[in-house]
Amino acid sequence: MQRLGTLYRGREGMWTWVLHRVSGVAILFYLFAHVVDQALLNVSPEAYDRVIDTYRNPFVGLLEIGLAVVVIFHALNGLRIILFDFWSQGVARQRQMLWVQTVLFLVLAIPPVVAIGAHVVEEL
Amino acid sequence: MQVKLRVRRFNPETDSESRIETYDVPADPMDRVLDLLHWVKWNVDGSLTFRRSCAHGICGSDAMLINGTNRLACKVLVREVGDQITVEPLRGLPVNKDLLVDMEPFFASYREVLPYLVNDDPAPDTERRQSQADRERFDDTTKCILCAACTTSCPVFWADDEYFGPAAIVNAHRFIFDSRDQGAAQRLTVLNDKEGVWRCRTTFNCTDACPRGIKVTQAIQEVKRALLFRKV
Repeated sequence: MQRLGTLYRGREGMWTWVLHRVSGVAILFYLFAHVVDQALLNVSPEAYDRVIDTYRNPFVGLLEIGLAVVVIFHALNGLRIILFDFWSQGVARQRQMLWVQTVLFLVLAIPPVVAIGAHVVEEL
Repeated sequence: MQVKLRVRRFNPETDSESRIETYDVPADPMDRVLDLLHWVKWNVDGSLTFRRSCAHGICGSDAMLINGTNRLACKVLVREVGDQITVEPLRGLPVNKDLLVDMEPFFASYREVLPYLVNDDPAPDTERRQSQADRERFDDTTKCILCAACTTSCPVFWADDEYFGPAAIVNAHRFIFDSRDQGAAQRLTVLNDKEGVWRCRTTFNCTDACPRGIKVTQAIQEVKRALLFRKV
């Protein structure tokens, strides 16, 4: 039997694809939890408040930061992939598009990370 | 210089799993990785099995995983990869022995895309003529040597061996966009399958792996766009 050997050394394209997959699964798991906690509003406002109250700790704060980062990456990378199909220059410009994506990612991700991070620190 | 050559070996008659063997090989920086494999085969262990034919980068026999990327062993120089070299068989195809993989699944996909001229018009007395611009349209994909470096660099192909893979799509592209050919609709139907072009996730591994410098991902996207916009 063939065994997986060394890691294939792909470049940006392969690693953004891996990150896209991982971030997609992470968002899916978040959605499960999110649907459940929002559904508690149908039970009673008190039940909802109780559950949301358990989220007020630094660990969940870090998860929220992670969620913001992951969603922003996944959204921007998804737009880049869509452009491969719908823009005739998309593939030829893939490296430049990745640079634009990285800049946009930093611009969009830093504010929520700082804002939620400050909140987490306040709560400590 | 001395090169530490690590080779993933597998003997189907005695091994249940592959293993890495290490050889110290005297080498010149201008030697090719293929020369190192020859040195081992001719001086250390004649049972080392790998494919090679022309040894000059055109027959497409000796694609293998060299230091983590698919390359032709006859085109990679020692100075490009350093004195620690790991050689493994192509991924995603069954290993027959050592570096020798079963290429049949690869060629089966190739045959499915009708990789030949389809034209039912009566054959003219002379050539079927074509403008330079029409010839240029598919020039890039005529360069394929069917070495399988692209297809076996594709993460989608590793996980799903039903996927046609980049090489089959490249060879479909070569005829789909040929003005003399009339089989584009047939080939596009084949590639519109769920195991066809839509499996491509644009990781660009194929484009990086191609020893002929074919813009493989570009070719795949052109086929996708031909399907999307119904325009060849």
